[in-house]
Amino acid sequence: MPGAQSGVPDGIDFLLAPYRVLDLTDERGLLAGKILADLGADVVQIEPPGGNPARNIGPFYGDDPQPEKSLFWWAYAANKRSITLDLEQKGGQALLKKMVAEADFLVESFVPGYLDTLGLGYDLLAEINPKLVMVSITPFGQDGPYSNYQATDIVGMALGGFMYLTGDDDRAPIRISFPHFYLHGGAAGATAAMLAHTYRITSGQGQYVDVSCQQAVAKTLAHAPQIWDIEGAILKRMGVYRQTSGENRVRINWPCKDGYVNYMVQGGSVAYSTRALLEWMKEDSFDTADLDIIDWERMGYGAITPELMDQLGGPLGDFFKGHTRAELVQGSLDRRILLFPVATPSALQDHPQLEARGYFKELEHPELGATVQYPGAFVKSGDGGDIAGIYRRPPLIGEHNTVILQGELGITGSELESLKRSGVI
Amino acid sequence: MTAQRDAGKPLDGINVLDFCWVAVGPMTTKYLGEYGANVVRVESVKRPGTLRSAAPFKDGVSGINRSAYFASYNANKMGITVDMRHPRARELMLRMAAWAHLVTENFTPGTLESWELGFDQLKEVNPGIVVFSTSMMGRGGPMEKQPGFGPVLSSLVGLTNLTGWPDRDPVNPYGAYTDFIVPRFAVAAILAGLDRSRRTGEGVHIDMSQLETTLHFSAPVLLDYAVNGREQSRQGNRDPGAAPHGAFPCAGEDRWIAIGCFSDAHWEGLQRTIAPDGSGWPYNPDFTTLLGRKAKEDELERLLSDWTSSWEPGALMETLQSSGVPAGMVNDCRDLFDDAQLQHRGHFQWLDHPEIGPYATDASEMHLSLSPGSLDIPAPLLGEHTAHVLKDLIGLSDDEYKSLEEDGVLE
Repeated sequence: MPGAQSGVPDGIDFLLAPYRVLDLTDERGLLAGKILADLGADVVQIEPPGGNPARNIGPFYGDDPQPEKSLFWWAYAANKRSITLDLEQKGGQALLKKMVAEADFLVESFVPGYLDTLGLGYDLLAEINPKLVMVSITPFGQDGPYSNYQATDIVGMALGGFMYLTGDDDRAPIRISFPHFYLHGGAAGATAAMLAHTYRITSGQGQYVDVSCQQAVAKTLAHAPQIWDIEGAILKRMGVYRQTSGENRVRINWPCKDGYVNYMVQGGSVAYSTRALLEWMKEDSFDTADLDIIDWERMGYGAITPELMDQLGGPLGDFFKGHTRAELVQGSLDRRILLFPVATPSALQDHPQLEARGYFKELEHPELGATVQYPGAFVKSGDGGDIAGIYRRPPLIGEHNTVILQGELGITGSELESLKRSGVI
Repeated sequence: MTAQRDAGKPLDGINVLDFCWVAVGPMTTKYLGEYGANVVRVESVKRPGTLRSAAPFKDGVSGINRSAYFASYNANKMGITVDMRHPRARELMLRMAAWAHLVTENFTPGTLESWELGFDQLKEVNPGIVVFSTSMMGRGGPMEKQPGFGPVLSSLVGLTNLTGWPDRDPVNPYGAYTDFIVPRFAVAAILAGLDRSRRTGEGVHIDMSQLETTLHFSAPVLLDYAVNGREQSRQGNRDPGAAPHGAFPCAGEDRWIAIGCFSDAHWEGLQRTIAPDGSGWPYNPDFTTLLGRKAKEDELERLLSDWTSSWEPGALMETLQSSGVPAGMVNDCRDLFDDAQLQHRGHFQWLDHPEIGPYATDASEMHLSLSPGSLDIPAPLLGEHTAHVLKDLIGLSDDEYKSLEEDGVLE
């Protein structure tokens, strides 16, 4: 299959240019296809008539809750094309099967067993195309005691072990205020698709892949499970602090005049950073004599005791509160202090490194008369070539029905009309 | 060395020269090893990697081969030791690059080049080579060499700003969180690069900025600012489209259940479970609609907490789920090992390590029907496979090996 898929415009020749993906997912799996699309595959989103449920997720462009204005949809459907198919009708199932014959990947995120009830399960699709790689992304996997559980983001982040470890120790565990449970599973879906694809290259055989979002979250916990396994200790959440060893912890986030900064007191090989901060504090007329006499150079990682942290907390906290985030970040760069902003969306928009690397990409939305700045490619080439990117605004509902079904699949104009009349597309 | 396999694994025969260290890189190459690649991790006796000195240790006693943190992220890999600052290291690494399909590294940009082992030089000995580099900020630009690690990046990327209670300071998502977001994107990009190399014979240098990758985990938030000028911030556990929505206390110390009611059906399931006889506070007309529940969410959470606090979290999860209510116990790390679904999936695998003994490591979250992955080999002892790799895989003669050893290259 040399050359790019017909759905990818001329001049776009990224790593996965020869391949086509049928994307049947909703918000529980959109990221998988997005990753493959950014890597250059022709990804066709197959939406139910009326549009993908993810189009109902806010926020919306201009706060206008319309299916073509969901920013969630925009974020995870850019680069894809769209057709509408009613998979509950025979006509829709037949068209899907026709597309499966020509596709390399199919990704879906329905509840376990749903596609089987439509006669569109893996075994039947594999008869049509034995090389097909089919990936299912579900909260817990296709079978097992939780496989039919209802899962929303907070339920998944809880069962994956993330929440227990996040938040203040005197309150309930918390999730991240932007849902991540299904994004972990979605990203794993892309990994899984590429693993199965690599097997197909050498064996000529497709296969079925079953992804669990719960497991994907449980893999974000660093060494916390090993601390239970090896030490029999249950790690707890620590709010703005980070455990360094045993009872010792350092504060990570500090309020400043107009927001927050990230600063961890450290000694040893980065004692220079602590010394430089103490010097800066002296310029602000802080009395740091008690802190200057500490042997930072010989202080190992994890050696800052709770007592020392308390002693540091007062003056450091007061110093940070006296400056804006921008002042602290710039001053730290000038003085080689390892201090970083707790970034807000506006700060990311103006980030010097993202700007220098040309990260954000503007896409035209002609229907809205708007140009919108999108997060750009998640990966670049170190040698100048284009290997991934963002090039097409997210599709309107069924925008590519004619070009794909008539132009690429060979459905005649009258067949297309009849499918439209019967509500299949 | 190689486990018995039936259909084989997806990455059988793919050779990886792995310079990755700490977490983000080793988690990436662990997937590769789990799915069959020959991953050879290059370490140095003189400068052992950070994770080798990171707790937890077997019996609480530190030691270069005793960290279960290191052991978990480096299963299914071989380990060799090479002093990269030795003048003869380069020649040896070029021989390995000729053997490899893939070179992986997560140093500060410029490190491979400082050893004269940059992409252009590796390509000279192996035109089809894929080189994967990942760093905090990506290559080039004013901040390419900015130091830092996962907890810093969570703040830089805006995730800290989205985590915490609105009336308190923001907190970091647990741990070096971004280190565990990046690897799935990384493996997809690496395998796409290997695919193109196989089709075209052309190598590629993949440059992954962890900042740029992780921003895709908050892309709608960035768009909300770009088009609506809104700065989203932390909301504790609340969700604008659901009520109740949070973690509620259960019986016992620090035990919790997460509940999220987005639809009428979810709420009705909760009502029925709390008050099967159809009376009492859940049936207060103020709570009938989502808008009503949102308007009195503090009160709703208080009443619900009173009810949940007498339940054991696992039993409550099963009860609520059987009524169609999205609910999950807040698993701590012990609970994860007892979790019936994770057990069903074989999430934790135990490997027998010569110094640590049996230790748990997590298997991948994807099950491939035809060519599954498996974790078979414990993480390498420092330098465990130096002789095997250099003699049996690279083909150095005994004399060549001895000369490198005597010159102190293999330290």
